[in-house]
Amino acid sequence: MRHIISLLVENESGALSRISGLFSARGYNIESLTVATTEDQTLSRMTIITVGSDRIIEQISKQLNKLVDVVKLQDFTEGNFIEREMMFVKVRAEGDSQRAEVKRLSDIFRARIIDVTDTTFCIELTGSGDKLDAYIRSMHENNIIEVVRSGSMGILRGEKALTL
Amino acid sequence: MELSGSEIIIQFLKDEGVEHVFGYPGGAVLHIYDAIQKQDDVKHILVRHEQGASHAADGYARATGKPGVCLVTSGPGATNAVTGIATAFMDSIPLVVITGQVPSHAIGSDAFQEVDAVGITRACVKHNFLVKDLNKLAETLKKAFYVATTGRPGPVVVDIPKDITAPHIKIPYEYPENIKLRSYNPNFKGHPRQIKRAVDLLLNAKRPMIYTGGGIILDNASDELRTFVRKLGYPITQTLMGLGAFPGTDPLFIGMLGMHGTYEANMAMHECDVLICIGARFDDRITGVTSKFCPYAQIIHIDIDPASISKTINADIPIVGGAKQVLSEMNKLLDSAEPASNQAALESWWNTIKSWQAQNSFAYAQKGDLIQPQAAVEELYRVTGGDAYITSDVGQHQMFAAQFYPFDEPRRWINSGGLGTMGFGLPAAMGVKLAFPDKDVACVTGEGSIQMCIQELSTCLQYDLPVKIINLNNRYLGMVRQWQEFFYEKRYSHVYMDSLPDFVKLTEAYGHVGIRVDHPDDLHDAMQEAFKLKDRTVFLDIITDQEANVYPMISAGKAHNEMDISPLQQEVQASLKAKGELV
Repeated sequence: MRHIISLLVENESGALSRISGLFSARGYNIESLTVATTEDQTLSRMTIITVGSDRIIEQISKQLNKLVDVVKLQDFTEGNFIEREMMFVKVRAEGDSQRAEVKRLSDIFRARIIDVTDTTFCIELTGSGDKLDAYIRSMHENNIIEVVRSGSMGILRGEKALTL
Repeated sequence: MELSGSEIIIQFLKDEGVEHVFGYPGGAVLHIYDAIQKQDDVKHILVRHEQGASHAADGYARATGKPGVCLVTSGPGATNAVTGIATAFMDSIPLVVITGQVPSHAIGSDAFQEVDAVGITRACVKHNFLVKDLNKLAETLKKAFYVATTGRPGPVVVDIPKDITAPHIKIPYEYPENIKLRSYNPNFKGHPRQIKRAVDLLLNAKRPMIYTGGGIILDNASDELRTFVRKLGYPITQTLMGLGAFPGTDPLFIGMLGMHGTYEANMAMHECDVLICIGARFDDRITGVTSKFCPYAQIIHIDIDPASISKTINADIPIVGGAKQVLSEMNKLLDSAEPASNQAALESWWNTIKSWQAQNSFAYAQKGDLIQPQAAVEELYRVTGGDAYITSDVGQHQMFAAQFYPFDEPRRWINSGGLGTMGFGLPAAMGVKLAFPDKDVACVTGEGSIQMCIQELSTCLQYDLPVKIINLNNRYLGMVRQWQEFFYEKRYSHVYMDSLPDFVKLTEAYGHVGIRVDHPDDLHDAMQEAFKLKDRTVFLDIITDQEANVYPMISAGKAHNEMDISPLQQEVQASLKAKGELV
């Protein structure tokens, strides 16, 4: 099953490689991993999307918790949370009809066109991974020049928060 | 007090109570070695190879319970130490390894003797640090000792660039008594309700089994374990790492379990209805095939590391906590418990176990004039009165030592269980001898393993560390040969040790005493002679039966009740069955 694990880690060089190294050393899957500092400069917030049986997910949580750099960890999957991913897509947009089609599709997905040339559009889209996948599927494959995805990040709904 | 980085390291080690450092100098640690030379409080042991340094520090730590410390230079110094660091990691041994690093400004430039020591060791340390700021040096060292010695112990590497140790830059130093690590809070206390549930389950067991490991020794919980086992009167088995925590000669101890454990211990594991595991981790050499592991048992698992619980074997009652604390709580509950109602069942359980014991699964046959390796270990036991510190390397000799030298005290049996590192035994024995100069220290080894760190014989001479090397010399890489005999139709591929050195002459060249024994009748006298020479390192080269095998054995994919037994035991089993005495 797919799990979304959120972590607070020490903002120190090496913390990221300890975590990614743990996944490769123990043969766990990483679907995506995002990381950036928080409002507290000593802490980084990380979101990991991983897939595994209950036993493997339990091991992943426990092994991550064992790392000295990991301050706090929560598996969001069981709870109420929001998940978003951001994507840039550069597509070929030549001729009026193609440009109109891309614009129309982007409006449907509530994507924004953030860069325009006479032959291309660059589109920004935020949403769940599924929504991003759907957007890509809606594009003609040959028209896609480049896709950049951030990987998912998550936050708990309501009063609950993963903080110190 | 204003000190340079090098002086801070030495002063810190002194303040931390470190008496011995095992190491090897080199460019990146020259400043530190200059500081070492100017003082006498922290004694430095110069090994002959950095692998020897990490193993010696490891042996010292296992025997004393104190953290082992080593100091090596950058590049090859660090990489040579890695095998010893990984060995300590797999067995949860507290080590602090200081590695020199090229100067900060040169890091990443492929400088001479530069490796990314933090990167290379990341996968085999509990934690590691790169010191980037002299002002954080003392604090980092304190963190290293704290992390290495608390919770589930393990090795910690501190990588220190050369400029941090420069003699002319001095800063105020104060020993950091207390350090804070917000992300590291090992839990020592087991949950009271879980402990109560576990005791209730234990008291109602009909076929109980106690299975303990190295965690008991690491947490100094032997006394609590002994009380616990004797209160219950239940059979106990111990892992290779746990031997000595409960006395090996006590009738409640039914032998080591696992791949080369006793028939009775493995059968009892298979048949038990309640299993309590304390400070062990259901390693693959213990469980056999996990799908057939303890099929009838409810399992209680006590471990300080939550990640060890339900990792390979699901625990019905998990208890995260230190063995010492949890066992004392359990002992208190046992004191106030109602008399157990399982006495009749327990008696019948013990009778079953005794019928298994009657088969004498370690029995071996004497063959002509050949020295059996088991006999050599038995002789070692007799001559040392069972009171020596025994280190071992890895292979058949290691199993024979574990099977035939019953340890009555913890920290006496020192071997690389998890990583299985050949070359561990001799340097580890040096570390032990340094800590306990008045005790007999023997390294049980083979002609394959000993050659992996034999250079440390030179260190033994320099620092007057008279250890005894019991070399079970079968001219084969015995354990590999045994597997090739069993599973590869005797195609012996690269296991014959041809062109062996003359170990007696080699030992003499190192300034020690070498004795060769090749006849069973000479074994006793030679062993006695070796231990009579109190002040000399003695290499006892014992020429043993080439084709002796370690029995019993659980092969890959087999369960505890599917052991391969020795030819001799097969005869015993047949005769017991004929008499109707085998259950």
